[in-house]
Amino acid sequence: MSTTTQQPQRRLLTSLADTIRSFVSGSRLLRLNAAAMPTAAALLIFVVLVTFGQVQYGGIVELGTISSLFINNAYLIILAVGMTFVILTGGIDLSVGSVVALSSVAGVMLANAGVNPWIAVLVMIAIGTVMGLLAGVLVDRFDVQPFIATLATMFLARGLASMLSTTPERLEADSAILGIATRLTIYDGPGVNDLVVPPSVIIAILTVVVAYVVLHRTRTGRTAYALGASEQSARLMGLPVARTRVLVYVISGSLAGLAAVTYTARLGSAQNVTGIGWELNAIAAVVIGGTLLTGGAGYVLGSLIGALVIALMNLLIIRDGSIPPESTTIITGGMLLVFVLLQRLVIARRRKG
Amino acid sequence: MSLREIWSGRRGKRTGAASPTSRSGTGRAGSGPVVQMTGICMDFPGGRALDEVSLTLHAGEVHALMGGNGAGKSTLIKVLTGVHAAADGQIVVDGRSRTFSGPADAESAGVTAAYQETFLCTNLSIGENVMLGHEIRGLLGIDWVRTRQRAGSVLAELGIDDLDPRLPLSGLSPASQQLVSIARAMVSAPRVLVLDEPTSSLEAGETARLFQVLDRLRSQGVAIVFVSHFLEQVYTISDRMTVLRDGRVVGEFLTRQVERAELISTMMGSSLQALQEIGSQRRDHRVEPSDQPWYRAIAVAQQGALEEVDLEIYGGEVVGLAGLRGSGRSTLGRLLSGASRSDSGTVEIGGQAIRLHSPAHGLAHRLAFAGERRRHAGLIEELTVRQNVLLALQAMRGWRTPVARGEVDALLGHLLERLDLDAGAADATVGELSGGNQQKVLLARWLAIRPRLLVLDEPTRSMDVAAKVHVQAQVAALAREGVSVVFISSELDEVVRLSDRIVVLKDREVIGEISNGPGLSVDTIVEMIAADRDEF
Repeated sequence: MSTTTQQPQRRLLTSLADTIRSFVSGSRLLRLNAAAMPTAAALLIFVVLVTFGQVQYGGIVELGTISSLFINNAYLIILAVGMTFVILTGGIDLSVGSVVALSSVAGVMLANAGVNPWIAVLVMIAIGTVMGLLAGVLVDRFDVQPFIATLATMFLARGLASMLSTTPERLEADSAILGIATRLTIYDGPGVNDLVVPPSVIIAILTVVVAYVVLHRTRTGRTAYALGASEQSARLMGLPVARTRVLVYVISGSLAGLAAVTYTARLGSAQNVTGIGWELNAIAAVVIGGTLLTGGAGYVLGSLIGALVIALMNLLIIRDGSIPPESTTIITGGMLLVFVLLQRLVIARRRKG
Repeated sequence: MSLREIWSGRRGKRTGAASPTSRSGTGRAGSGPVVQMTGICMDFPGGRALDEVSLTLHAGEVHALMGGNGAGKSTLIKVLTGVHAAADGQIVVDGRSRTFSGPADAESAGVTAAYQETFLCTNLSIGENVMLGHEIRGLLGIDWVRTRQRAGSVLAELGIDDLDPRLPLSGLSPASQQLVSIARAMVSAPRVLVLDEPTSSLEAGETARLFQVLDRLRSQGVAIVFVSHFLEQVYTISDRMTVLRDGRVVGEFLTRQVERAELISTMMGSSLQALQEIGSQRRDHRVEPSDQPWYRAIAVAQQGALEEVDLEIYGGEVVGLAGLRGSGRSTLGRLLSGASRSDSGTVEIGGQAIRLHSPAHGLAHRLAFAGERRRHAGLIEELTVRQNVLLALQAMRGWRTPVARGEVDALLGHLLERLDLDAGAADATVGELSGGNQQKVLLARWLAIRPRLLVLDEPTRSMDVAAKVHVQAQVAALAREGVSVVFISSELDEVVRLSDRIVVLKDREVIGEISNGPGLSVDTIVEMIAADRDEF
């Protein structure tokens, strides 16, 4: 009797042990695996960037700074995760910025109209799901190029957001949605140097973890990678090509909805012009993180690093203080370019060595 | 562990009781065919691809599917594996009528296929390619340790246990990739295994190893469909064959009952004679290097792929490069034409050293390279034949000089006729054409620029006998017109038949150069390669 009750636990334990073992052997393989090198390079350069910031300006490697880095960029991390799925299959999703606008305006208006805030949150995510589904069906069933399909849904979402409202919509001060951005102090350091983790950051981190599991431990995830290599091969292998291709856009759309939730909670308001250009930030984060724009190679953990790199660059520009705010985009763009070139250099060195 | 044990283990989990003998029990006993396809019709935009085709597969038999390029072999196996839906006809598997909605559906009915190695995912590891869609799942999603073990045991059963499933697929030779592709098809323990040109990238030894595996599978009762252009291989391995021509079945034979000559004439009529004629014509026109060579490569090399090589080429000469796959023969061809950049040395044309850093430099001197992997080198599948041919022409002239439409039409008409391609093919996209015809288009693309030196790397790969004859005749004709041809082929008899001079390579080095003559045969070269030993 006791053996039958112990069996599931036993199986869970062996499964866990296997997982750990495969992680360990996986990291050993990093040295062999060419596909992991861009991401490893991203990590290396991120560390360099942190060190540079710490030496030059100080106050980077501090709990307070790290906390605000995550708090201010939770939405970008979530968007980058969604974008990773799409780019891995060789597609692109240009609609996420507009979807954030539509979703957040609609959510705030619903909440203010007296709808249960949690239902409003679900609707916000669902709006993203529907926009993603639309894009996915356009791409898969109607063979529309991802660039065009998501350009169309981008205009659609932006237009719908503007039809809802063209003025900032404020959440009522007692709205439960604001709770998602409540600053929970985990560790009370000296002065303002606290470790602060609001639910939105936890959501962002969970998104990364779940995405990692989906991409590396489910057949759907592996199909996404296969699709990025060659659609024809994936089809001949009998993999569920159509389902997966629609699904990645649904994931990206839904995560855009989720990003809208965390962003709205932090800001307390929503506007139809929110999120212009965010899709490009998300794409930049994914590319910096080492995912190939042509699909098939990359890691969602790299996208997290990519998002942090962008966030850190913006932070350093502010810290520097001498840079006029008008020119920040030039510097961001220039640093992005330098970053990607550095990545190429690191990879080239590794290949030779 | 044998595949059968793996299967029975898998089945045991589901049914509780493994019965390893049940499979062979249903084998040759002849309890009726495993697959019966009748009246299959299939239409493509270009016309009817399959017309009332029937195919019967028995358990424990290797069934060869024969036919020339465009005969409908590929289409038929794609209908069988659910990739295409037939317009009409019936597929009965194990007595049940089936309509396959896709490859996954066919697989669940026990029909799987191994396509050519180009249909694998080069971004994933070997093990992942083998197991894609069949990953073993535990409580925490895919259990990679067991998945890899399973991949390893399937590979081991195919005799390729030297491959580490964790290594990336892209590092493998085409031959090894082909075996991985077969391993992939075996994972789901199919009752019917379709092999599409499995040996086209394999060397003799590897083919023998593959046949051992097929033998074993046959004895276990698997029905195998074997599509190949290699007659001898078909005779070695197959029990029965179906011959297609122009989308119709023109014969079904027991292999041991049909003569080669009869089979060939069933497939395509009398091409054999033409082949012999080329050989004798070439011997008549043999070029004796007389004056100065117009082309001279001095100490060209590529790190890790080819040691320094000197080579002189005369006008109107066919230089054969013989050697095993991986001996450096393709690299040498690429270096000669500028398709790859040499790490050292120089190339001289007419005594003048030239810049040869890119294919564009090569083109400027009318040096052309027609590569082995047409999917990767040279053809753009989404474009039409006309556009592909035009591309090479335009690349040579530069974008400022437009190429007149009438000029293209005339040139294209001439080329299509010369290569025995249907005139209507000009406006078909290359992707729609059969493999052999794609190879012809690749050749047309390079002939359009009227090259002085044409490097052909495996130009007859995956071609039927008739198409091979045609290409060989073209090479002979080009040489007569004064073009220098560097001819690379795994089939030594082709090299010997066509070449004036043969450069033999082994292990990334040139080990010798022989003038062709009456005394030279395939055996001479084989002995030369075998006798060469590294001296330390």
